[in-house]
Amino acid sequence: MSAFLDAVLLQAGYNAALVALGATLLGFAAGAVGTFLYLRKRALVSDALAHATLPGVGLAFIAMVALGGDGRSLPGLLLGSALTAAVGLVLIQWIVSRTRLAEDAAIGAVLGVFFGLGIVLLTVIQTFGAGRQAGLESFLLGSTAGMLRAEALVIAAGGTLAVLAIWLLRRPMTLVAFDPGYAAALGYRVSWIDFAMMGAVLAVTVIGLKVVGLVLIVALLVIPPVAARFWTERVHLMVWIAALIGGASGYLGAAISASAPALPTGPIIVLVAAASFTVSLILAPARGLAAAVRRQNQFQRRVHRRQGLLAIARSEPIRERYTLKLLQRESLIRPDGMPTDNGKAAAAKVSRDERRWEVARRMHQDAGLTGRYDGLTPIEDVFAPDEIREFDRRLGPPAPVRG
Amino acid sequence: MGADFVQFSLTPILIGVFAAIACALPGNFLILRRQALIGDAISHVVLPGIVVAFLVTGAVSAMPMLLGAAGAAVLAVVLIELVKRIGGVEPGAAMGVVFTTLFAAGVLILEQSDTSSVHLDVEHALMGNLESLIWLRAEGWHSLLDVEALASLPPELPRMALTCLLITALMLVFWRWLKIATFDEGFAASLGIPAAAVGFALVIAAALSAVAAFDAVGSIIVIAMFVCPPAAARLMTQSLERQVIWSVAFATLSAVLGYVLAGYGPLWLGGADAVSAAGMIAVVSGVILGLACLFGPHRARVGAGAA
Repeated sequence: MSAFLDAVLLQAGYNAALVALGATLLGFAAGAVGTFLYLRKRALVSDALAHATLPGVGLAFIAMVALGGDGRSLPGLLLGSALTAAVGLVLIQWIVSRTRLAEDAAIGAVLGVFFGLGIVLLTVIQTFGAGRQAGLESFLLGSTAGMLRAEALVIAAGGTLAVLAIWLLRRPMTLVAFDPGYAAALGYRVSWIDFAMMGAVLAVTVIGLKVVGLVLIVALLVIPPVAARFWTERVHLMVWIAALIGGASGYLGAAISASAPALPTGPIIVLVAAASFTVSLILAPARGLAAAVRRQNQFQRRVHRRQGLLAIARSEPIRERYTLKLLQRESLIRPDGMPTDNGKAAAAKVSRDERRWEVARRMHQDAGLTGRYDGLTPIEDVFAPDEIREFDRRLGPPAPVRG
Repeated sequence: MGADFVQFSLTPILIGVFAAIACALPGNFLILRRQALIGDAISHVVLPGIVVAFLVTGAVSAMPMLLGAAGAAVLAVVLIELVKRIGGVEPGAAMGVVFTTLFAAGVLILEQSDTSSVHLDVEHALMGNLESLIWLRAEGWHSLLDVEALASLPPELPRMALTCLLITALMLVFWRWLKIATFDEGFAASLGIPAAAVGFALVIAAALSAVAAFDAVGSIIVIAMFVCPPAAARLMTQSLERQVIWSVAFATLSAVLGYVLAGYGPLWLGGADAVSAAGMIAVVSGVILGLACLFGPHRARVGAGAA
């Protein structure tokens, strides 16, 4: 526990602090960028992009070795990975626009083929001589063990640029995500805006290779926005919530990972993000599971209460258990099932409401109003008092409930 | 094409072909249903399934691992469906949430447990080791008739062949159901075909081939073979029957050509060592798809003109 606290407070050593800051920035940028990717319904394009970085890493290594370098310089490898990922992205667009294949097939094809090519290149590099390829495999799952200051700076710079691009383009991106046709009619170049969004995704993917690796960077781009979507209906809030969830996942994940051995950083960060998703799924106020269950229960209660009261009004016996329990709890009936005075009054009111609705539906032709009859909504919520007086005039005097 | 070929290349090529076909067959329907990425998701969650099976049984044996992987695949499909329904999350994102989480869990469990003594690691899971599935006891083509030598065939070969046969048989038996449920769910329902069950069974069949193929050849081939051969076949013809036949042909071609290029290509280019066969098979399938995109007779969308 104290090891974890040390890590959270950035006291667990220079490398751990560096990793924590890098992971936080990465998570923040990925959450913000991923929001628009999710709203545009293209979340899994990032999966293809991430896998398409692998041949770039291999090619960059080969190129740097051929030029007499060491082959392991991070900026060089990242540049190479960005290049092939961009090629993969262009290929997806090309397949979708030029052939009848759908986007999911294009994503799967680019993902599988580029990843296969990357593996081929890695095996080519292995033939260069023992030990020289060491580290390239770490791009699969990320490796933060020997993270350098310069590498953290690369992550910081890339993440900042990506978030800045998202911030500047947030309005057109929102438009394009919700209504590309309208955006085009307003004069925006939809393809350019998509291109900019994908550029930001590409930047986050590439800088994420070092921390979480190419298989799991997708998680940072997808999970925080999906989790954030549960909490708000507004895009600008969603961007910040997703960024916060991503940043917090990165920070906490890195801290947990630093607190004990055999806790790989990338997977831990993803699992923290997944936990935040689960919490959001269950607890979010309007869209969460708990809220949905509560709404359902409330609805059931209203239906049973109303039907019970209508039965009292018609002097019919109530046999349904839940209805009996509900009415007894409100003291509307006695334990023996007979209505109390309160119960009679409530029944009379409900019954009058039902008869008013009947008249309303007969004489009113406005389906927009009478269509709101669902056997639950009080008529006062829909019609004005003078209209209700008119219904009452046609109904005649109220009738008492016997019993 | 002598004894060396039978000993070192015949079995990997056959396993590759069977794996490619077993994945390409369900892939045809997944592509038409816009579920191509299910293959991607399944191939990721196979890892946690295998790791958990290993931890439970404590041994690297085929059957429990296959069961564990199949269980993980079913769990993933159910979780994706839950996230979609309960959370109202769009299908692609729901998939992304579930499979990355399960994969991360798999990697974590793998790191936490003491599996260093056995051959079980992430890279192996991704790349497979097709090249190592050789038939040591073979001495030439006549070994194919030698019962003793046949007994030492790598167990992956009969397993993959059986899976491939099973998938083919299932597809032929349920052909009409599959076809109708894929193209018109409403019509299928009116005929009394359980369309939802057919869809779920298709995903399970895909999981089965993915798991079997994964065991032999790693997950790259699985992802590429689910998508590339059927997608290329889709651009060659308008009929589903012919599309399936094309996809089998493309899958076979990818596996054979990919293996040969990986094994002998570097030698032709003056190199000394072979490159990853699994990766090369995926690359060849991609080249085939690329050619189909450029020249396939039915590459254009209907109504878009034959441009």
